[in-house]
Amino acid sequence: MTFAFPQIDKPIKYALGFIALILIIGTVYTLITQGTMNFLSPNYLLQQLQVASYLGLVATGMMMVILLGHIDLSVPWTLTTAAMVATAVGGDMAIPAGLLTGLMVGLVNGLGVAFLRVPSMIFTLGVNTVLQGLMVIQTGGFSPRSEATPIMEYLASSSILGIPTSLLVWLSIAVLIIYMLNKMPMGRYIFAMGNRESAAYLSGINTRLILIGTFVICSLCASMAGILLAGYSAKAYQGMGDLYLLPAIAAVVIGGTNILGGKGTFAGTFVGAILIVLLQSVLSVMQMPEAGRQVIYGCVIIGMLLVYGRGDKKES
Amino acid sequence: MSNLRLWINQNMGVLLSVCIFALVYGLYSFLHPSGGTGKIFIQNSNETFVLIMVAMAQTVPVLTGGLDLSVGAVMTMSNALASVVVNGSPAEIFFGMFLCVAVSAFAGFMNGCIIVYGRLQPIIVTLATGAVYIGIALFLRPTPGGKVDGDLSFAATFDLNEIFLTYGWDIPKWFEGSIGLIPTPMAILVLIVVVIWIPFRSSVTGRGCYAIGSAEGAAYMSGLNVGRSRIAAYTLAGLFAGIGGLYLALQTGSGNADVPQAGAYTLNSIAAVVIGGSSLYGGAGGVIGSIFGAMALRSISFNFRVFDADGPFGFISDPLLQPLFEGTILLIAVSVGAARVFQVKNRLKLFG
Repeated sequence: MTFAFPQIDKPIKYALGFIALILIIGTVYTLITQGTMNFLSPNYLLQQLQVASYLGLVATGMMMVILLGHIDLSVPWTLTTAAMVATAVGGDMAIPAGLLTGLMVGLVNGLGVAFLRVPSMIFTLGVNTVLQGLMVIQTGGFSPRSEATPIMEYLASSSILGIPTSLLVWLSIAVLIIYMLNKMPMGRYIFAMGNRESAAYLSGINTRLILIGTFVICSLCASMAGILLAGYSAKAYQGMGDLYLLPAIAAVVIGGTNILGGKGTFAGTFVGAILIVLLQSVLSVMQMPEAGRQVIYGCVIIGMLLVYGRGDKKES
Repeated sequence: MSNLRLWINQNMGVLLSVCIFALVYGLYSFLHPSGGTGKIFIQNSNETFVLIMVAMAQTVPVLTGGLDLSVGAVMTMSNALASVVVNGSPAEIFFGMFLCVAVSAFAGFMNGCIIVYGRLQPIIVTLATGAVYIGIALFLRPTPGGKVDGDLSFAATFDLNEIFLTYGWDIPKWFEGSIGLIPTPMAILVLIVVVIWIPFRSSVTGRGCYAIGSAEGAAYMSGLNVGRSRIAAYTLAGLFAGIGGLYLALQTGSGNADVPQAGAYTLNSIAAVVIGGSSLYGGAGGVIGSIFGAMALRSISFNFRVFDADGPFGFISDPLLQPLFEGTILLIAVSVGAARVFQVKNRLKLFG
């Protein structure tokens, strides 16, 4: 059984090594073409951490659900809906309204999976489409005119002592999650249910409550990411969440979390999110066309998993 | 009598999807001014065929208890490839079509090999290879366009008579008024089911797919070649998706490496499989259910076109409402399917 202590285990070691490799390749490239070392400048790295915090937040929530052996495909439109609600409400209540949206979505997802036992993949997919439908009606299919509030913009894109505030938001949520996973009963319950749900049920765990709670955490993280993203680009827009679903799953899995649940560390997800953002950034600085970017992106995920993510040799 | 009851029990999912399809499409045909005529059938089957193929592609890995998130990407790759190679002399066109399907099947084969020999989870493998295949599609067709042989497009997207007319052959008298009126995509579909799916399902490899899905350990212990069945399932998925992409190219006359469209096809394929009565945990269901699931899913969006905008239900015809209705219907369909949960007395039985 693996706990979520931020110990250096194999996936994290390889992911860190790969991050170093990306930075070295990027630096060699800029040295040759421009004679500078942009990729190693603190400014660039902090900027990347800021961008990574949006993906990181989504991945943090996704990791909770994946630890249970489920998946949440409603993340793209949870994120967008929260952003749209937050900008539409505006004022002091913008962020609470956005988070409340996330809470509601998480409750619906959790209730559907826990009580109806519909596979989470298909239920959250349906919820995603419903949310999309609601937002299309609300906005008429265009970007809403409303703008992000100053607080949202402050949280998303300013910095305290040189550290991006969005990174601080991510880290403070991360501290809560790490504490929950390691020190609170709920964390142990999540790992137990991810390993064998029937055993967890038989040992007296209220599995339905844990399921609902976990889906709520996932949706809350996604809606927080949506609020920050809306602050970052000063407004919400259609499809702003579509670019976050698959990279978030990839970040979780590259970080060593088992997609079937029961095993994983938060530190892995943290490193995984940074790895993916850096990879995307370096490839775009190297002016790699979209085609090449996609191919490299896919190959990196497969390659890293082949190195350390393989299943047991014996048949199940 | 008990045989009939058993058969109905075993094919409940398929029957349900047939009923949903008949209901939704019946409503559409009733409301459409020229509903039920050949022209509408041809148009509808053209619009549905690609989703049917992608849903069939998704079904086979789902039967093994896996999932293929790359079906939309393989479909798009085949579509982009077709816009490059399916033109020129008849021999070149034939070779081009063969190449599209073969490359797609190989893509599926690669998925299977990585899953079996790499011992990785299907979801994450196909997620990653999906990105690779989309990359290849973008490489082949960076901007929408390309050229697909016009005659072939005509022949493939009308009724069977059109094939004769396009190539200037004589139509046999007995053929013209009966079989000739069948939409070509439906004929292709029947051909695919009869030539590929039915033999596959009754083969040892195909039955192995069902066995892996219901109990992999038992399948392995009974001496089934688990790896071969699994690789075959993903190869077949690639093959079906490739045919879908090829047909999309014929239908639109060009190719387009449309990334959002690829994602939408993948997600809709999962929905179609579920509506078609296959279990996402594997071992139960089949391609026939998915075909009706895909048709039911598409028929829902057909209906939005025909509601009288001024009538009592006029608000439904608002195209802005369409995604909401699609999502709601999907949720209702899976929730109704889950009603059995409330009959189970021992909750322990609910944990798979």
